[in-house]
Amino acid sequence: MKIRTLAAGLLVGALTLTACGKEGSPTDTGGAGGNNAAALPTYTVAQNVTVAGSPTFDRIKAAGKLTIGVKDDQPGLGLKNPTTGKFEGFDVEIAKMVAAGLGFDESKITFTTVDSAAREAAITNGNVDYYVGTYTITDKRKTQVSFAGPYFMAGQDLLVRADDKSITGPETLKGKKVCSVTGSTPIQRVRDQQLTEPQNIVEFQKYSQCVEKLGTKEVDAVTTDDAILKGFAAQEPDTLKVVGKTFSQEPYGIGLNHDDAALRAKIDDLLQAAIDNGTWQKIYDATLGKSGSSAQPPTIQRY
Amino acid sequence: MDVLLDNLDLYGPFFWTTIKLFLISGVASLIFGTFLAGLRVSPVPVFRAVGATYVTLLRNTPLTLIFVFLVFAYPLLDILELSYFTAAVVSLTLYTSAFICEVVRSGINTVPVGQAEAARALGLTFTQILGQIVLPQAIRSVVPPLMSMLIALLKNTTIAAGFSVAEAGAIRQYLSERGDNQLIGLLWVALGFIILVAVLSLIQRALEKRWSVAR
Repeated sequence: MKIRTLAAGLLVGALTLTACGKEGSPTDTGGAGGNNAAALPTYTVAQNVTVAGSPTFDRIKAAGKLTIGVKDDQPGLGLKNPTTGKFEGFDVEIAKMVAAGLGFDESKITFTTVDSAAREAAITNGNVDYYVGTYTITDKRKTQVSFAGPYFMAGQDLLVRADDKSITGPETLKGKKVCSVTGSTPIQRVRDQQLTEPQNIVEFQKYSQCVEKLGTKEVDAVTTDDAILKGFAAQEPDTLKVVGKTFSQEPYGIGLNHDDAALRAKIDDLLQAAIDNGTWQKIYDATLGKSGSSAQPPTIQRY
Repeated sequence: MDVLLDNLDLYGPFFWTTIKLFLISGVASLIFGTFLAGLRVSPVPVFRAVGATYVTLLRNTPLTLIFVFLVFAYPLLDILELSYFTAAVVSLTLYTSAFICEVVRSGINTVPVGQAEAARALGLTFTQILGQIVLPQAIRSVVPPLMSMLIALLKNTTIAAGFSVAEAGAIRQYLSERGDNQLIGLLWVALGFIILVAVLSLIQRALEKRWSVAR
């Protein structure tokens, strides 16, 4: 089994290098018996890692295991597979890659679901060692936590029904029902910029609920970062589409304890290395890339 | 204080929505709950059965499930389109009425049977006996538990935050996205609820004082 995984991994790597990765990968995953994990890169676990002056790393080292906060309901990014019970997606892979760089293989990782509103508390209280879950870097959040990365550059976009031609961008939302998660930045932007009327704003606990309402035509558009929307569109490409005109910049960072600059620098190095040696691209192609859209690696901001 | 002042645009309108939700579903629950209590003590067996079934069903269903049904399942039936605010009011009313019904029924049980018998001997109908003799006395004796139900309703309104009604329960999520300290934000939300409950407690005390001489 392991050999097969490795072989498939190498195959995907080869296909990516020969620049036919996108056309190649769907058939390739099919060839590997539909096993999505097969297309993912493997990470070399670093030995004898030290991060001088990092309280978080000292704690991890003492415990001998890692707890990573993720999302469990975002296809392609962070999704708990109901059949295997395992977490999968772009964010989860980035988390594993960083863990390997810190000297911990997959068996030492505990993934914990932390929803958006509880992120700062989970990081500050030490419930999670770091958090990878569509966490946009903002100056105000930097006062409570710190961010390594960005590891991905997303932007606010719109998910609509595939046959809907009336919505082509944020300026066409007037009179349309727009849905997003309660209190999320995208829906606050829609409200602040008055992209649609207040009574047409719909807010639920989860994006999946919005997508469900989109299917029953009770809402006309779901808005949030394109990365999240692409994950949903990839699940139902016949009925849903992403408009593809982003109207914000959402750099996703890895959330860390506010006072742990040493670990932040270390993770920045690991991300930079993954971008340089092509691991980042492999992770993208095996997860979000399945939606058919490409992405550029972001520039790491060190602050 | 900064968290409150920076986000007054949230606290003001969101708490106002909470109050509206509470007032509308509170009045509706009191009326519907009393009606249900009437069903449960009526001389017609079918009415009693209907009332008992309703109370058993709704009192044993978590409020969130009632919300989920009204917001996600009910629209598929394509009967009458409800706005999310209306759906929240209906959910809260359906749920709270079951509890109010039982409170009112326990109040009815405190009224001596002789009164109803005397009223019947005078030739009053069931509706007249209930409305003019029994209920006025029954409700007076259950003011404290009735107020407790209303206070519970007030706090239950926060569930609507998950179902597209922007009220006080949604403030935390907004603060989280804005990057403000949620803990301090929540303290202000708690204070808001303490003030609202204090008002209800004052009403309760006033009513108790006013009605204590009646019997």
